[in-house]
Amino acid sequence: MESQKIAIAVDDLTVAYNYKPVLWDIDLAIPEGVLMAIVGPNGAGKSTLIKSILGIIEPIAGSVSIYGKPYDKQRKLVGYVPQKGSVDWDFPTTALDVVMMGTYGKLGWIKRPGKSERKTALESLEKVGMLSFKDRQINQLSGGQQQRVFLARALAQDADIYFMDEPFQGVDATTEITIINILKELRKAGKTVVVVHHDLQTVPEYFDWVTFLNVKKIATGPVKEIFNDDNLTKTYGINYKVSVQK
Amino acid sequence: MLGSFAVLRKQSLLGDAISHAALPGIAIAFLITGTKETNVLLIGALVSGLLGAFWIRGITKRTHLKSDTALGLILSIFFGFGMLLLTYIQKLPNANQSGLDKFLFGQAATLLARDVWFMASVTFVCLVVLLLFWKEFKILLFDADYAKTLGFNIQLIDILITSFIVIAIVLGLQTVGVVLMSAMLLAPAAAARQWTNSLGIMVVLAAFFGASSGVIGTAISASQNNLSTGPVIVLVAAVFVGFSFIFSPSRGLLFRQIRFIQNRKDLELHKTLAFMFEIVKSHENISHPHAVKILNNFHGYTRKSLGKLERKEYINVSGSMWSMTPKGYHFAANLYNQQGNENE
Repeated sequence: MESQKIAIAVDDLTVAYNYKPVLWDIDLAIPEGVLMAIVGPNGAGKSTLIKSILGIIEPIAGSVSIYGKPYDKQRKLVGYVPQKGSVDWDFPTTALDVVMMGTYGKLGWIKRPGKSERKTALESLEKVGMLSFKDRQINQLSGGQQQRVFLARALAQDADIYFMDEPFQGVDATTEITIINILKELRKAGKTVVVVHHDLQTVPEYFDWVTFLNVKKIATGPVKEIFNDDNLTKTYGINYKVSVQK
Repeated sequence: MLGSFAVLRKQSLLGDAISHAALPGIAIAFLITGTKETNVLLIGALVSGLLGAFWIRGITKRTHLKSDTALGLILSIFFGFGMLLLTYIQKLPNANQSGLDKFLFGQAATLLARDVWFMASVTFVCLVVLLLFWKEFKILLFDADYAKTLGFNIQLIDILITSFIVIAIVLGLQTVGVVLMSAMLLAPAAAARQWTNSLGIMVVLAAFFGASSGVIGTAISASQNNLSTGPVIVLVAAVFVGFSFIFSPSRGLLFRQIRFIQNRKDLELHKTLAFMFEIVKSHENISHPHAVKILNNFHGYTRKSLGKLERKEYINVSGSMWSMTPKGYHFAANLYNQQGNENE
């Protein structure tokens, strides 16, 4: 673990809406190959952190680098799973079509997706157990299935680093297990995954790295070392006790 | 055609706002040049239409106002200003306003062959651009944030789409006019959405509906005296929409109702069959006959439903006795399993 490369470095990142800081001076150095959870109360800026790293939200200060280079030049290395509720699921398209969108970034402007992109998309759908739904209209998928389609889309990007915004929100057990297995596979393949997570109970089980966030960064590091009542209390502001199984 | 994008962006009123915003452009172009040359006036419309469209974008982005507020604001400001200019023009000695009037309600009859060719070529250019940037348009419409993380310049795509919507509107102004233009933009798209779940087919269908309403509308107004073409075209488009709402197989009201009734009937039959299955299960021979009277204490049973089950060859009825066929037994046995699977 000592000689690990830093996959994502965030420097002095500050984001504000109308003068009210949402994220304050965030420094992060996320090593390559970790499964990291970002935890914190509602309004702590967890999604905002991901979105500003990805350039969706413009930070007022700070910089982000991916493998030592500015994020703008490294976009193709980064995959993203947005919150399920961020899109209109009544859009006229099929599950396969949505997953194909994951390949658009590498294609670039104007070029159309061809056979190899289709193959990538089908493989991604299979990984999340949704191959039989490939021609299904996206508004006819259940919430968990929609989440899996989003995950498949990110997999189709074939990235080295993945950001996922609450992938476990409101999904059924099947989907949760699918996502966990995919996360583990990604780690095995040496990918770095950052997940906004809500369920504190499952943090030690699913993740090996954690960042506590509440506008400011409270702590970041290996779950085994820093996932304790002290940091939880600092983050959530109440005397928090979870039974951490180590 | 381009209306599909407006509908899917939930900016349906954009068309309305832009067409109203084009009005002052027309008036100003007339005031500056003093001609009633259509092309000059259209350029004026284009400029002020674009201005309106991008102000709307700006307002939504930079303030906390929702897009419908911004649309309403721009619409009434530009339209008010346009009307003001029109009344001013009316009082000028050198002009009768009638030439500009046609842009309010449209006057397809004033179209010249040259205008039509011009429209056709612009449409062609739009089509080519649409095909080139199909992928980009699609991803922007579905998930703009995601498109951004993939490295697409979403602002550029957005400007491209908006510009084309403006161009389409300005071209249509001559035909149906400021007031009815948004209907022309949206009606074909709304109708097309009812029929398909694929963006590609939706765009093609919308183009087809739009063109057909144009042709049919013109034909009707040409065959009747004193019917102005623009409104007739819009009404024809409205008929398309109404028809689509009712008769579309998947989203239409009619078929939804039929499916609903069908399901309820099926459910009743299944209930009866399930009850019979319970009885039959306790006998070794599944085609062992039972009295119809047994079913009397069960509500779902009527002569009619027994007849239906017999026609499906699930049961045999002879006199006051019924017996289950192997096919019916198999079907009934799987009835609940099937439902279990679907619920998963």
